[in-house]
Amino acid sequence: MPNANLSRTVAIVGAAESDELGVVPHKSALQHHAEAAHNALADAGLSVKDVDGLFTAGFSTLITAEYMGITPRFSDSTSVGGSSFVVEIAHALAAINAGMCEVAVITHGQTGRSGRASGNSSGLYDPNFPNMQYEQPYGIMGPPINYSMACTRYMHQYGEERTRQALAEIAVSTRKWAQMNPKAQMREPMSFDDYHASRWISWPFHLFDCCLVTDAGAAVVLTTAARARDLPKKPVWVLGAAEYHDHFMMSQMPDLTRTPAYVSGPLALQMAGVTHNDIDLAMIYDSFTYTVLATLESLGYCKPGEGPDFVANQRTAPGGDFALNTSGGGLSYTHPGMYGIFLLVEAVRQLRGECGERQLKDPKLSLVNGTGGQLSSTGTTVLAVD
Amino acid sequence: MAEYTKSLPIPQPESDFYWEKAKAHELWLTHCDDCDSTYFYPRPICPGCFSRNTKPMQSSGKGTIYTYAIVHRAPLPGWRDDVPYIVAQVELEGGARIPTNIVGVEPDPANLKVGMAVEVVFDDVTEKITLPKFKLAG
Repeated sequence: MPNANLSRTVAIVGAAESDELGVVPHKSALQHHAEAAHNALADAGLSVKDVDGLFTAGFSTLITAEYMGITPRFSDSTSVGGSSFVVEIAHALAAINAGMCEVAVITHGQTGRSGRASGNSSGLYDPNFPNMQYEQPYGIMGPPINYSMACTRYMHQYGEERTRQALAEIAVSTRKWAQMNPKAQMREPMSFDDYHASRWISWPFHLFDCCLVTDAGAAVVLTTAARARDLPKKPVWVLGAAEYHDHFMMSQMPDLTRTPAYVSGPLALQMAGVTHNDIDLAMIYDSFTYTVLATLESLGYCKPGEGPDFVANQRTAPGGDFALNTSGGGLSYTHPGMYGIFLLVEAVRQLRGECGERQLKDPKLSLVNGTGGQLSSTGTTVLAVD
Repeated sequence: MAEYTKSLPIPQPESDFYWEKAKAHELWLTHCDDCDSTYFYPRPICPGCFSRNTKPMQSSGKGTIYTYAIVHRAPLPGWRDDVPYIVAQVELEGGARIPTNIVGVEPDPANLKVGMAVEVVFDDVTEKITLPKFKLAG
């Protein structure tokens, strides 16, 4: 288990998106990184000159650092897909406590929607990669095809009809949250009929089972407890943080119904010294509706196969008793490719009480779970305000 | 023969035997003599127990559908004429799982079920490359 003595030693002190999200053809991915870092540092009340630790994914920090004029003495470009940015919370916690850096910035920027070059930053197109040799020749490539295969297995084990209903519940409830987020891409109402009528992308996935593809960036700033207390905004403490991964290709996934959150979740909660019932807000990567269903079970919110009961009757919608993905998620708010950092931004804003119409009543604790690759990797962190 | 426009594997040193056997219409896996497991994909050190005591072993080519999906939106231009098509993971006798296509059946969930028996067929997609695929057994 990660060292529980490190709980509350580091805080997130700044969080922000880049200036424009959605369809942004006039900005590069790196510009999204820089704008997001600029906005997050302003939010933190810190200067770029304070930054001595730089974290990102997709790009090497050699590139992001040069672009922004940062010369870090600690850097981390861990690329485990969309989970990277949540995983890097744990890495920043370790680095700050080891004295390797004092002000850490995690940046993200992607132009999944409008980018002029093909989205090759993940390196997945190297012909040496096992998926290029064993999966892509069969037309098995990209998250929708892979995740839909995992979902079919879930349906086989736990029932197709109740699984389908659960996917619809998640799509519809997430859209309701997005309707209250001015930055969300998809804000028109979605009915259950709309969900069921949306076209097939890869059966069993409808279009509305799948996340958006947008242009966007975001960043968060972390520093020591001592420094955090002197900054203008309420520190958002890192109580627990952990990561895990157990495969790369979906065809090597040990159990298609269980994500690596089954390890990272309990580790982060144990480190934080809290239980599921203490959590006021769950921010769970929703690359697909199925990702949420499988992750809720893997995190231990309910037993395997009980996810459809857990999310029934719009329990996760505004006004429901389980606050989930209040930004509108990757499904309806934004998803540029690797969405994990946006989970953190929303958790910070909710804990600080900055969410306007969609603000939860006085939340103190949020669990954030990023998922990356083909359900390959997870990072879980528990955040809190005093 | 029309030009083949889909992605092709580029065999690597540890997988040359796999693709050579496929070209000969045989499906070969790797067997670990220490932990007595049979695994896919080809690599000389066992991913189950890290033993080097492994060797290629021919598969019966029989197995069951572990899971599947029906692709409606082509992931690359090469598949545009193929949609909808069936992607799957097949669990072979002996336990190894292999990503593949199910062919010879209409791509409709009504025709497919997890657990159905399947057997290997070989698709000579180019002069150099043969892809092992699967059809419903019997």
